[in-house]
Amino acid sequence: MREYIFYFLALVSVISALMVVFSRNPIHSVLYLVVCFFSIAGHYLLLNAQFLAVVHVIIYAGAIMVLFLFVIMLLNLNKESEPHKPIIIKFASVISASLLVLVLIAAMVNINPAADSHPTLHTIGMVRELGDTLFKEYLLPFEISSVLFLTAMVGVVLISKKES
Amino acid sequence: MIALEVIDITSNPVNKYVYLSIILFAIGVMGVLMRRNAIIILMCVELMLNAANLLLVAFSAYTGNVEGQMVVFFVIVVAAAEVAVGLALLISIYRNISSTDINLLNRMKG
Repeated sequence: MREYIFYFLALVSVISALMVVFSRNPIHSVLYLVVCFFSIAGHYLLLNAQFLAVVHVIIYAGAIMVLFLFVIMLLNLNKESEPHKPIIIKFASVISASLLVLVLIAAMVNINPAADSHPTLHTIGMVRELGDTLFKEYLLPFEISSVLFLTAMVGVVLISKKES
Repeated sequence: MIALEVIDITSNPVNKYVYLSIILFAIGVMGVLMRRNAIIILMCVELMLNAANLLLVAFSAYTGNVEGQMVVFFVIVVAAAEVAVGLALLISIYRNISSTDINLLNRMKG
């Protein structure tokens, strides 16, 4: 049962990721990317990372993709305005991506990472364990990330401000 | 409730997640190489980040180590800030050249 769910989610994520690349309308790309993010959240649920699944859906599908949609609407790009690329560039990118897959799989095929795994502790994805780690060992990075957000906010306002 | 159930992950080998992450990362690389629209390129970068996140979560779950999931948490935080800044740059570029085609950006001046 669990294998079938994994294969279904993997199929959905790979097909929607391909559609992100190959669809000509940017709005369709955004919507396919939302589908891909939901399937990745499903993978997180299958891996017992429940908190990360919820955070992933909220931040990626809820905030980041809405930002993308908002910018596409704002810049009025919701039409198939991209000029036709020469076919050789498409072939070159497909071939180089396939070569990347080949190299990475050839590097991974002979090692067995499952050998030294001991998946006994099953509750590490819950809010209690993650919050415990976050607010004890990772307190300084957590606080620094708030400074990062403040900097990003100031920078975004400064960059996108209309020059007078 | 999904959050209260704990799924047995021992029946599913971690190698499958490695291969799935490799494929998703390669699709992201292909999109960056193929497309011209800068928004699509940013989305493909997000796709590559998610492939890496999926691999981190998989190894974190299979080794029982919570630190992988913490790294994914911070990656999500940084990705949110990065997308905001990237889209602001894109709006600024669009104001200047009225397009988001990256092939029009090959001049450093102007």
